[in-house]
Amino acid sequence: MDNAKLIIDQVGKVFPTKAGEMVALDQTSFSIKDGEFVTILGPSGCGKSTILRIVAGLEQPSSGRVLLDGKEVKEPGPDRGMVFQSYTLYPWLTVEDNISFGLELKGVPKKQRLETAQHYLNLIGLKGFEKHYPVQLSGGMKQRVAIARALANDPKILLMDEPFGALDAQTRTIMQEILLKVWEESRKTILFITHDVEEAIFLGDSVYVMTARPGRLKKNIKVPLDRPREFSVKQSPEFLDLKNELLGLIREETLKVV
Amino acid sequence: MFSKLFTPNKEIPRSIYIAAGIASFVAFIGFWSVLSYGGLVNPLFLPAPDIIWKTAINQFIDGEILSDIGISFSRVALGFFFAALVGVPLGMLMGSLRIMEGAFEPIIGFIRYMPASAFIPLFILWIGLGEAEKMAVIFFGTFFQLTLMVMDVTKNIQNDLIEVSYTLGASKGQIFRKVILPASLPGIVDTLRITFGWAWTYLVVAEIVGATSGLGFMIMQASRFLKPEKIIVGIIIIGLLGMIIDLLFKVLYRASFSWMRKEG
Repeated sequence: MDNAKLIIDQVGKVFPTKAGEMVALDQTSFSIKDGEFVTILGPSGCGKSTILRIVAGLEQPSSGRVLLDGKEVKEPGPDRGMVFQSYTLYPWLTVEDNISFGLELKGVPKKQRLETAQHYLNLIGLKGFEKHYPVQLSGGMKQRVAIARALANDPKILLMDEPFGALDAQTRTIMQEILLKVWEESRKTILFITHDVEEAIFLGDSVYVMTARPGRLKKNIKVPLDRPREFSVKQSPEFLDLKNELLGLIREETLKVV
Repeated sequence: MFSKLFTPNKEIPRSIYIAAGIASFVAFIGFWSVLSYGGLVNPLFLPAPDIIWKTAINQFIDGEILSDIGISFSRVALGFFFAALVGVPLGMLMGSLRIMEGAFEPIIGFIRYMPASAFIPLFILWIGLGEAEKMAVIFFGTFFQLTLMVMDVTKNIQNDLIEVSYTLGASKGQIFRKVILPASLPGIVDTLRITFGWAWTYLVVAEIVGATSGLGFMIMQASRFLKPEKIIVGIIIIGLLGMIIDLLFKVLYRASFSWMRKEG
């Protein structure tokens, strides 16, 4: 764990309910290396979003702690960028003002802010859309801007909570390719939550499979695919073997809760 | 063609849409004309449309109605202004801070069911018969509803929008200024539009007692001297003023929140 960027140390979460306590997340530990792309794969309601929200500081763990660069996470902060499944762009701001919102909060001068926004607009392939408002964008474009907005803050880690979950299947695969391209260039550490097996394999260096509630890590699998990855890798035997294995694991877990 | 007009949620040509609105007005005046010109109703109860029209013209030539309109408008505008001045910030705080909601929602929810008109004797005791008393009635009639409506607007801001702002490094103050305020602004303007309309309805109530000027006073005087045509002119003027303000709010809304429309 020497070169770990993010350490999840014995983190557990219990929610009080009318029927008593509900364990959303069993004590869980793992770590992520600097520049690593980790995907967490689990059936719905397994507490995978809870992990991410605890890392973001939006939720307090009931036990354990989260360390980012050795420092304990207590509250949300700009060193942990987040992209939600729902569309969270500010509808009253243009695309470039959305992207540079975090910099504005920090008090970065306007000229510098817009330069940064330009850089990320290029990166996500939305040059020419700087003056558009979110209502004029498609779902995929909105999520690309949300990614750019999180990256423009230059966070230590990017947290993504099923960011493509609301998109149609065709758009989703294209978004995955765009995200990989962005990651190749920025080399951010990414923690990515999904329930889509293909997505988890295609994107991740390693895939953490979670159990059904109470959520627990069931298995950690290294993805044996070379980088940079192309769309065509999804047809390779390695990919398909891994996909079958993971589908089996997820199916076991889903059956427990259906 | 005809069946399309009565298909739920189906769009219809703009011209037909507008024609339908005009038809309602024409039907209304037509019904009125039949009752009055047809001699079905005593003119003392319902004067004919042309009498109303002539009365209105005379009153405007006479000029007194203009000062009545002016004084009534200033009462409504100022009473409402103070209601909004306190109600909008309070409502926003109640919508975003649970402690404020807990503290104020029950008492405001209680007071808003108290009739503003019944407070008039008390207002007169407390603050006399001057302008402040009239504005107090307007304030009382609108403040509590307005505050609760603004609270709802602010409360309905998507929680993810606030959470993502925290992850972008926003402080609590920045969340208020840069997220909650702009996100609730369209809803607030719309709430002001609706509650300003209610403010007009409290005007007559406010001017029933102890007033010597204003549209409400004029209506009360006309009723004392049994001049129904003057009453109707007063009512129509109040209706028109309310409608014009409503339109102005809509124009302001469209101009300020162009980001809500796809065409930009």
